[in-house]
Amino acid sequence: MNIWATIIVGLKEIWSHKFRSALTMLGIVLGVASLVGMSALVKGMENGMREAMQAVGGIEKVSVIQQELPPAQSHLADQVVGITMADVEALKQNATLTKLITPEMNMGRGAVVSRGKKVYRPWNISGTWPNALEMNVHTIEYGRMFNEIDDDLARNVCVIGTEVRDQLFGSFEETGKEIIPIGENININGQLFTIIGMFTRYESEKQKKEREYQMANPSPERMGPQRRTGWGRGGPGGWAFMMKNSTIYMPLNTMWMKFRAASGTGGIPDPTLSTLNIRITSVEEMEAALQQARNVMMQTHFAMEDFDFRTQENWDENISKQVNNYRWSGGIIAAISLIVGGIGIMNIMFASITERIREIGVRKAIGATTFAIFVQILIESIVVAFIGGVLGLIASYGLVELFKILIPTDNEPVIMMSSMVIAFSFGVFVGLLAGLLPAVKAAKLDPIEALRYE
Amino acid sequence: MALVELRNVSKIYQVGDEEIRALDDVTLDIENGEFISIIGPSGSGKSTLMHLLGCLDTPTHGTITLDGIQIQNATSMQLAAIRNRKIGFVFQSFNLLPKLNVAQNVEVPMIYAGVSSRERRERVMEALKRVGLENRAKHRPMQLSGGQQQRVAIARALINRPRIIFADEPTGNLDTHTGEAILNLFRELSQQGSTIVLVTHNPEIAAVTPRRIEIRDGKISINIDKRLAGLE
Repeated sequence: MNIWATIIVGLKEIWSHKFRSALTMLGIVLGVASLVGMSALVKGMENGMREAMQAVGGIEKVSVIQQELPPAQSHLADQVVGITMADVEALKQNATLTKLITPEMNMGRGAVVSRGKKVYRPWNISGTWPNALEMNVHTIEYGRMFNEIDDDLARNVCVIGTEVRDQLFGSFEETGKEIIPIGENININGQLFTIIGMFTRYESEKQKKEREYQMANPSPERMGPQRRTGWGRGGPGGWAFMMKNSTIYMPLNTMWMKFRAASGTGGIPDPTLSTLNIRITSVEEMEAALQQARNVMMQTHFAMEDFDFRTQENWDENISKQVNNYRWSGGIIAAISLIVGGIGIMNIMFASITERIREIGVRKAIGATTFAIFVQILIESIVVAFIGGVLGLIASYGLVELFKILIPTDNEPVIMMSSMVIAFSFGVFVGLLAGLLPAVKAAKLDPIEALRYE
Repeated sequence: MALVELRNVSKIYQVGDEEIRALDDVTLDIENGEFISIIGPSGSGKSTLMHLLGCLDTPTHGTITLDGIQIQNATSMQLAAIRNRKIGFVFQSFNLLPKLNVAQNVEVPMIYAGVSSRERRERVMEALKRVGLENRAKHRPMQLSGGQQQRVAIARALINRPRIIFADEPTGNLDTHTGEAILNLFRELSQQGSTIVLVTHNPEIAAVTPRRIEIRDGKISINIDKRLAGLE
């Protein structure tokens, strides 16, 4: 039996009942489109979540944090050295799997910046090295980052985030123009600093879209008192961007000399680092790199384990887990709609063979085997599902465009090739399953009965 | 050896508790090249006989041999192959496939026989020429008259060069004139060497054939061969 001839017979059968076939296909079309569209939405969501992780330094970034001594060493508590520049130097010399080392001394949430009458408490005021730009994925949009000379001379210079600018100089939304405060002076905890650079405005894809949407469609003036909308806005990980915008960087030595002098011992300001971030060369070598860094630091800490490493792996895992959950729950619903589409095909195939009992009888009388009839009905069903699947893939583009119109401020849905392949093959598979029963029924018809059928 | 040999063939249907002997101990030979009519009133068993001869069904008892092949124990797949290659059917209501054109209708048995597409095209035109419809190849069955449709059906029956052709009331749906033409076509085919079995309830049509078998209550009641009887 010629397969091509059978497919053509199937196509003709579909063509001769255009409306009925179109309705039948609709189930598969919608099923495939919703499967692809759902996975595109989830992919967009995942991109949004990963964006936040990238914004705080990506998965290669590892924080060295101070911790309590383990119980076995607790009697040494008065001798702990803390994480200091000695660790930085040792790691720099010996930890070969570490690409980048950035020490930080932070001022804590109590620190205040002011300019004239305006006062603001930024999220983070850090003294650090110029490579903090790379470590924490910062971009300077205006001015420059401080350099080694600024650090060596402990100059009173700083680089600020846009939120600091917004609070001290006025934001774009308030003033209607972008203020670039390079060269301006601000007070940080009573010390005069010159702003030499400003970061770009960090925001998630979603925040950006929301902002642009707000610009294009200004909401009516809000009545009543102004309320803060908090940190939680901007979708998953929005806070990561808010924190980044509310940052002030100054040279590490400036921080050490100008703000740590009070808490030192023996005439040396307190050398303890608040944060020590390292960036490893590759995620695959995470284990080895951490072990290496641990070994190095055990030397500088005289075998006292008062430090630990905090990686973003948990975060990454959580994202994967969450995305998987979304994908499964959405996928199951879309799969059910595909199966419903398959039931539609089965229904129509039953109607179609009842209509054609006589034809089946004739075909059997002139030599069609049971198997040939079975294959013919099955192929018709698969052809319906196949065409439905192709139309469904086309429709999925439309569906994703529709999503973009309906929820313009959300993360952009991303159509994935793999989801298209899965949805399409699942659709065709459902068509095959749906054709089985009608095909068996048709193939089993007794030729004499079928020929007599009116 | 005869082309078709029926030996003590019975076909029994079970309807509830009742046994219906549609065919009762029938023995019959059909020689190669014969032109036979099977006649009998409805319910006489002539349809059952034709179904058995046409390998659409298998007998309850007895043996049937067609072209040397025993068919009483054949599987449905073997029966399908026999129907395809050794038997041609012509039906009262033509039974053409409405969605296919004339050429495609004639082509169908060859598709099931696995004939190559080039040979199919040649043989379709040859068969259509034989029934005088070579210029109707692209027409749909519905666009043809009844007589023409029956010619297409005959072309389809001939297409795999079968050993025997069964025609079940081939003129039943046609007017007298057209029916006459179709019978002439059968006569022509018979003269060219085809073995043809006409099944009918109409004695006038049965009179056309040299040999006539009459069935009554599942048994052969009359078996006349005009040539043997010296009538022709």
